[in-house]
Amino acid sequence: MLNIGQIEEGFVLDHIKAGKSMQIYHHLGLDKMDSTVAIIRNAKSEKMGKKDILKVECDINMLDLDVLAFIDHNITVNVIKDGNIIAKKDLQLPKEIKNIIYCKNPRCITSIEQGLPHVFVLSDEEKEIYRCKYCEEKYSEVK
Amino acid sequence: MSPLDFTVEELENLFSLANDIEHNMDKYAQKCVGKKLATCFYEPSTRTRLSFESAMLNLGGSVIGFSDANSSSASKGESVSDTIRVISCFADICAMRHPKEGAPMVAASKSSIPVINAGDGGHQHPTQTLTDLLTIRSLKGEIKDFTIGLCGDLKFGRTVHSLINALVRYPNIKFVFISPPELKVPDYIISDLNEKNIEYKEVISLDEVMSELDFLYMTRVQRERFFNEEDYVRLKDFYILDSHKMELAKKDMLVLHPLPRVNEISVDVDDDPRAAYFKQVQYGVYVRMALILTLLELV
Repeated sequence: MLNIGQIEEGFVLDHIKAGKSMQIYHHLGLDKMDSTVAIIRNAKSEKMGKKDILKVECDINMLDLDVLAFIDHNITVNVIKDGNIIAKKDLQLPKEIKNIIYCKNPRCITSIEQGLPHVFVLSDEEKEIYRCKYCEEKYSEVK
Repeated sequence: MSPLDFTVEELENLFSLANDIEHNMDKYAQKCVGKKLATCFYEPSTRTRLSFESAMLNLGGSVIGFSDANSSSASKGESVSDTIRVISCFADICAMRHPKEGAPMVAASKSSIPVINAGDGGHQHPTQTLTDLLTIRSLKGEIKDFTIGLCGDLKFGRTVHSLINALVRYPNIKFVFISPPELKVPDYIISDLNEKNIEYKEVISLDEVMSELDFLYMTRVQRERFFNEEDYVRLKDFYILDSHKMELAKKDMLVLHPLPRVNEISVDVDDDPRAAYFKQVQYGVYVRMALILTLLELV
């Protein structure tokens, strides 16, 4: 078993579906941060068979993790402070998602307007439906 | 802007103003002197553009603009965001039609002047819905307690979808959807009606429901919404309203149509006092006048 050192402050994102960790790494903007990040892929898991884990050493107020709720409900987020787990964070579906998913409607203004961010708005929390802010096309790709 | 961005109360204020304009045109004839409306039409729509221009001219204002993308800088590749920033320097208010859905919203977010969505692809055509609501309100007195039949292309017709969404906020409106199976109202609208416990039925035959209706909203089967010509040809003449069908209707039923019509309403219906679709065009001018005045804060 591969061992990764403990972190003092930051997050451990566990139970990531195997293979999804790099996607999350980019969505959280970790590639643009100076923090220490450990990406563990295909770790053994009793529950999932295989899973990915991300460990991020950073100020715990630095990251907006709600986007994880959109990407995968099953991810567990352990908040670490002084080397200990101080909380398990509840993820809420974000009201708005920017440049995480892209509108595929060829009639949408996002298809021609340069530099326009792709923004999706949570239109039905219960059914987890997101719609493009501009054309209101429902996002329907299987996650 | 979607009609649902207005509360019912705000719509009432807008419609009251439109009705006041209707009866007191002189009172409003100088309200927009010195103001300019820019009509930025990236695709041709003579009717809507002229309605906006007529509205502004009736208010004493003036009009600038373009009527298709080729005569604008869009043909040189300019973005909507840049165009509206430039137009903001020339005009006080803008009406924008664009083939891309959401373009007026993008324009509004970058603009320093009010931007009215004059139609964006198959998405929204809010001033048509305001026109429809004002027509109903003006001709029936109020928007409640009636049965409206929507006939024709209920699948692709954006005016129909917007009108349904707007009408569900008023009390005791019943819907009768009349269409061939291929052009039925989308499921998400039906689910919404079910959730809100709103009475509706879906039928294929127009004749069988004519006597129940207080309004009949006819629509055109639009060639541009079909991917194959065969389907269009097969469905375009499915419903034709003529004087024989009108005999089945109530004496005070009113026929509406967003226009242009092709042949779905026979010309022999035009002289029937229940044909309200040309009055509807006139109400379109009044409601646009009211909208311009409201957005320019001149009332």
